[in-house]
Amino acid sequence: MKATDMTENNEPKSAPPLSEVPPDVAATVKGHARLERNVTLLGAAALVTVAIGGIVEIAPLFWIDNTIEEVEGMRPYTPLEQAGRDIYVREGCYTCHSQMIRPFRDEVERYGHYSLAAESMYDHPFQWGSKRTGPDLARVGGRYSDEWHVQHLQDPQSVVPQSIMPQYSFLSETTLDVPDARAMLSTLRTVGVPYTDTDLELAEQDLVAQADPDVPAGDLEERYPGAQVRDFDGNPDRLTEMDALIAYLQMLGTLVDVNSAAAQEDLATETGR
Amino acid sequence: MDATLTRTGIWFAILLLCLAALANAVDAVFSVHMLIVSIAAFIGLIATVWNTEFDSVSRDVLRIPADTSRYDDDPIRWGVIATVFWGIAGFLAGLFIALQLVWPELNFEPYLNFGRVRPLHTSAVIFAFGGNALIATSFYVVQRTCRARLAFPGLARFVFWGYQLFIVLAATGYLLGVTAGREYAEPEWYVDLWLTIVWVAYLVVFVGTILKRKEPHIYVANWFYLAFILTIAMLHIVNNLAVPVSFLGVKSYSAFSGVQDALTQWWYGHNAVGFFLTAGFLAMMYYFVPKQAERPVYSYRLSIIHFWSLIFLYIWAGPHHLHYTALPDWAQTLGMVFSIMLWMPSWGGMINGLMTLNGAWDKIRTDPIIRMMVMALAFYGMSTFEGPMLSIKSVNSLSHYTDWTIGHVHSGALGWNGMITFACVYFLVPRLWKRERLYSLRMVNWHFWLATVGIVFYAASMWVAGITQGLMWREYGIDGYLVNSFADTVAALHPMYMLRAFGGVLYLAGAVIMVVNVWLTIAGKLRTEAPMSDARYDEEADRPAVAVPAE
Repeated sequence: MKATDMTENNEPKSAPPLSEVPPDVAATVKGHARLERNVTLLGAAALVTVAIGGIVEIAPLFWIDNTIEEVEGMRPYTPLEQAGRDIYVREGCYTCHSQMIRPFRDEVERYGHYSLAAESMYDHPFQWGSKRTGPDLARVGGRYSDEWHVQHLQDPQSVVPQSIMPQYSFLSETTLDVPDARAMLSTLRTVGVPYTDTDLELAEQDLVAQADPDVPAGDLEERYPGAQVRDFDGNPDRLTEMDALIAYLQMLGTLVDVNSAAAQEDLATETGR
Repeated sequence: MDATLTRTGIWFAILLLCLAALANAVDAVFSVHMLIVSIAAFIGLIATVWNTEFDSVSRDVLRIPADTSRYDDDPIRWGVIATVFWGIAGFLAGLFIALQLVWPELNFEPYLNFGRVRPLHTSAVIFAFGGNALIATSFYVVQRTCRARLAFPGLARFVFWGYQLFIVLAATGYLLGVTAGREYAEPEWYVDLWLTIVWVAYLVVFVGTILKRKEPHIYVANWFYLAFILTIAMLHIVNNLAVPVSFLGVKSYSAFSGVQDALTQWWYGHNAVGFFLTAGFLAMMYYFVPKQAERPVYSYRLSIIHFWSLIFLYIWAGPHHLHYTALPDWAQTLGMVFSIMLWMPSWGGMINGLMTLNGAWDKIRTDPIIRMMVMALAFYGMSTFEGPMLSIKSVNSLSHYTDWTIGHVHSGALGWNGMITFACVYFLVPRLWKRERLYSLRMVNWHFWLATVGIVFYAASMWVAGITQGLMWREYGIDGYLVNSFADTVAALHPMYMLRAFGGVLYLAGAVIMVVNVWLTIAGKLRTEAPMSDARYDEEADRPAVAVPAE
């Protein structure tokens, strides 16, 4: 560009002319013809094209620190809660119930504080759900009594007449069958849940002790802070699937004290939210 | 003879392995599944042994037809039958769960509770019905457009039967309570491994056939099939990374957790739609629409632009399933922006399909198969407009978690995937079984109208249900309190759920008519019926006007 085309601020007086040469469509098509004649090239180009989006979106989640804010109170599930969670997954509860409260006034008033990323950090797999045929369950823990849950799971319409939920009375009649509680926890440890060696060793005992008042719980409540130890299904003689599922439901959303003033302040100063 | 011995040996080894796993299984479902695999291996063993005795039987069951001057169409015939069969199974399961939402008494615990049948329905229609349609049509199209027979005919047969085994394992697993708990990726680790093997075999057969092609160019339909096969392999493997609790049990735990698991899953979930239900079905469109219309594809350049932009943009759109969740905002926004951009390449495909009918628009009146294809493309266009709209965060805040999403999915699945598949089945059956024509074109017309009206009932009722639900959840009274309890919103949807089930009945009725039509066509029957295009000739009227003198 010549000096005379510039203003005194050394900026161009006019925009550069648009390209006079029209884009060479024929050449592009010809270039594409190479791809069309070589399946290896075509396949490689397609694979690279589809890989980009996932790499850019997903990979950073594993190393950007503020993806999961640190909050106090999160701990791995007890063996009984995890067994209950496995039943929750097995029965496909996620097809009708979400576990992810969005930050809207109505949702927060209906279900409680909006869900934090940290609250599902030990969830393999996540169960955020995509449909609310029934209400959100992210903070259902402690909202209803154990008796209510038993009655509701056995015959939902007897508690909520409008409900269209299926009955799950078989859970009360099915003995909880965890083939190997230790293997369950050690597998979860393999995928990143920080169970200790003690947790693994005591897994079988913890599984029973949490729901059976006759079995000493030992230091269960110290290793799993906030764990609720009691008979859940109203039948202390037997450890049933109902025990496990209710133990899981009753702990949902109870670990992090989101309503304390300190927690609110911490959240306010969190970056990225 | 050696080959037979090797084959027998392999089948026997698989059989023994499965029986050993069966005996040592740590849970009941794993042993049931190993039993199913053992039975499959046993059938394979018998078929192989049978072979050595009766050579002619072997040709039918395993070997290539002797006449190499024809295309290898056996796996395609089986695929068309499987498509129709699984279609009916999937629609029935869908109708059943739709009725469960109207009358919860229809839940029969534990095996037939909604939570277990719903994955059965989604997998049956997407992977069994859609998957068989894709595999069958891709084998048909790749041979014709490459002017070459299928590479590795034995492997092609393995792909078909292996895929059916995958379906049976997945379906029985759901009812028995085996699920990985990830939508549209529910099968557990061992079934996932099996599908991976089958899928690699599928890729080998498909690419092998392209490599031995007699045409210099790879036809556009094959680009889409190739992108579909490759991307599904990538998605399937990454999303299903998991560690089994025991190698002799069904249970595994996902390798990822929480936020990362959620985005991985929806990266998979959205692109199961993008590549399984879109790219693969666009490939069907690119071959069968021009064939049935007897017109070339409208624009070659448009197909290049929309192919590359579609496959590039789709992958980014996953996070729109996670708006306002604990997923970081930047990822949500990125997902929304790319979802909106995706509108254009999607409509590129629709325009290219519809404009292919240039000069043949009259066939919409006379050819019910063309009519189905046009309706499929119209629904494709409609749902790929609705999708980007729902991905806008403010719209999504209302629509998410409601039945609007369900309606959106079904206008795409019933309208686009269903209709184009039915059209392809009607195109293929007379050609594959060497029949003069379909048993009845008028029955195709009935199918078309039943399906179309069914979709209208479905989509309209779910729009109303979704918006009602979304608005009721957020409704505040003048006292500043929420107006509706959750149970109120459930009760309000009851009539909409009834209308939806009625739409499902119509759609299923259309499909039943297709079964009859396909069955009788294969049986070689022709219905005597008035042709669809009837330019009537009245001899009496065919005369000049003669002046009659006044009296």
